[in-house]
Amino acid sequence: MSILIDNNSRIVVQGITGRSGLFHTRQCRAYGTDIVAGVTPGKGGIHIDGIPVFNTVDEAVRCTGANASMIFVPPAGAVDAILEACDAELDLAVCITEGIPVRDMVLARAVQEKSRTRLVGPNCPGVITPGQCKLGIMPAYIHKPGNVGVVSRSGTLTYEAVKQLSDIGLGQSTCVGIGGDPIIGMKFIDVLELFNSDPQTEAVFMIGEIGGGAEEEAAHWIREHMRKPVAAFIAGVTAPPGRRMGHAGAIITGGKGKAEDKIRTLRECGVVVADSPTRMGDAMMEALRAAGMSAAKPAANPAAKQANK
Amino acid sequence: MNIHEYQAKEILNAFEIPIPRSRVAFTADQVERAAKEMGGHCVIKAQIYAGGRGKAGGVKVVHHPEQASEVAKELFGRKLVTIQTGPEGLKVRRILVEEAVEVVREIYVSITLDRQSSRYCLIASAEGGVEIEEVASKSPEKIHMLTIDPFTGLRPYQARRIALALGLTGVVCEECVGLLLNLYKCCLEKDCILVEINPLVVTKAGRLLVMDAKMTFDDNAIYRHREYPDMLDYSQLDPQEINAAKYDLAYVKLSGAIGCMVNGAGLAMATMDVLQEFGGEPANFLDVGGGANREKVAEAFKIILEDSGVRAVFVNIFGGIMRCDVIAQGIIEAASEVHRSLPIVVRMDGSNVEEGKRLLMESGLNVQVGETLGDGARKIVAMLGQA
Repeated sequence: MSILIDNNSRIVVQGITGRSGLFHTRQCRAYGTDIVAGVTPGKGGIHIDGIPVFNTVDEAVRCTGANASMIFVPPAGAVDAILEACDAELDLAVCITEGIPVRDMVLARAVQEKSRTRLVGPNCPGVITPGQCKLGIMPAYIHKPGNVGVVSRSGTLTYEAVKQLSDIGLGQSTCVGIGGDPIIGMKFIDVLELFNSDPQTEAVFMIGEIGGGAEEEAAHWIREHMRKPVAAFIAGVTAPPGRRMGHAGAIITGGKGKAEDKIRTLRECGVVVADSPTRMGDAMMEALRAAGMSAAKPAANPAAKQANK
Repeated sequence: MNIHEYQAKEILNAFEIPIPRSRVAFTADQVERAAKEMGGHCVIKAQIYAGGRGKAGGVKVVHHPEQASEVAKELFGRKLVTIQTGPEGLKVRRILVEEAVEVVREIYVSITLDRQSSRYCLIASAEGGVEIEEVASKSPEKIHMLTIDPFTGLRPYQARRIALALGLTGVVCEECVGLLLNLYKCCLEKDCILVEINPLVVTKAGRLLVMDAKMTFDDNAIYRHREYPDMLDYSQLDPQEINAAKYDLAYVKLSGAIGCMVNGAGLAMATMDVLQEFGGEPANFLDVGGGANREKVAEAFKIILEDSGVRAVFVNIFGGIMRCDVIAQGIIEAASEVHRSLPIVVRMDGSNVEEGKRLLMESGLNVQVGETLGDGARKIVAMLGQA
């Protein structure tokens, strides 16, 4: 088991003919991801590396049975791509696109919330279930199959955390980069809920940063509901207070958002917080030990495909 | 992207939201003339990209044009340090001269993004003015919040409920309903992530008037508004930050000696955190973007080295699928061009990492390779100590 994606995921890439769409399609495929279709309006009928390209997601789903999408459509068309993925009733849409206007995203989120499609992102590295399926732009080689779930608002900092985990023998069940935009699909809690009920996931590492109140919300949810040990890191302890305009931001977060506040709240809720970005792996190990669990070895997963490095 | 108070008021006015009579001025003479037009008794307001101006001496009431000129001479060119500017403050280059209004009540209204609900949110309080954040933390019940359904938009009955909760009655209440609806319209059409009126006042004559306004546009939506780039006041931005923005780099100048170049905002912050853990002080925050390429790395390097306070550079690139040899070439190119033989530590991860390291070591630059984040931070602090 894992969350969101596995060996059985059948992927459609929206924006497959674009430069980064094509590049990452090839990378994901090399990892073993089952990419069954691409979508680029106006280019339906062609094949790319043997992958059939369709004009619409709906058509791609009907012809190939795709159940998850990866979106590389540029900002002006990305919201339409998200709405189309929801309309086609996919299980999951991962939107990599960076720079989508907030006004458009508010509308997209309102539609997506009511659909059966889960959304990860936008402006995120994507999702990977090591050894099985990679749906995103993260470097594959740092990941190892295992039992730690990873959820993060950050991109490259997640790679740093995953590398530290892998280096000390803690493989991952699934890693989810939820993205750093103000309006996103799945939030920390949505991912934590899935990890909580996933049999393969034995512990969770969470990466947050300054700003907003999402880490605090997650902390309180963890205290109430989480049955597995959680460790975390919050970036920005030494970030100077930035210039700001007006009061609305401070009113809405109730003055939260500082790294110290987030770290304190997480610790109060039983989360082991790494005091340095060099000790993220150690913090996970400590949380496992505190929960009476030995450092889990990378899971021998017979279903796992050979990862192509 | 931020704009000035006077620009925000002009936009609000275009959405039929009433603002006081006013004029923007760039010289003391212009201030004096504008004050004369207002009849002498008026308010002189420094225009900077931050709030908290009143308490910092940036807003003054004057009674005759000569006094207006004197106040203006004091303000122009002065650096205002307010609670929202950070310690460096912001220089005053523009002044708004505004008619003085007799005020009965001060109200707070704003529309901003609520990340938790993924919606725009209307915030209002009967206790507007400079202490609004204190009101929010001490008496949250005095803050009214409404999340706006994007399908229905803000409805008149919802706006009326807010207006009544603010204690407004009769004509002013209905006026406020119209104002709130227009405020939401403005927020959407102008792609704002913040529109804030604080205070919105009820005048002695029983009218609503915007006394102060802040507006922040969504950077991702600037492409839809051709007029926005021309509205920017570059005097309010750090020159290096402007330069960085041209290359799509996020740069914030800080006061330390170690220049930092990192890909990704989270990793950039974590890098600053770890430097300070080892006793180093970062000279800047610089995010070259998740998928940095050779050109970006080279530009970033130049921007870092333009800061004369920089005495060492720490590069932390977690490339992944980005090729490290290409990144290394970018660094070598930029470093050779600027002819400053500063100590450099490069920590890279990604494909072709060994080739990247070899290129750096054979470049003749004063460079060391950090094997891990901690190792890199330790090395750069040590090299700075020996330099």
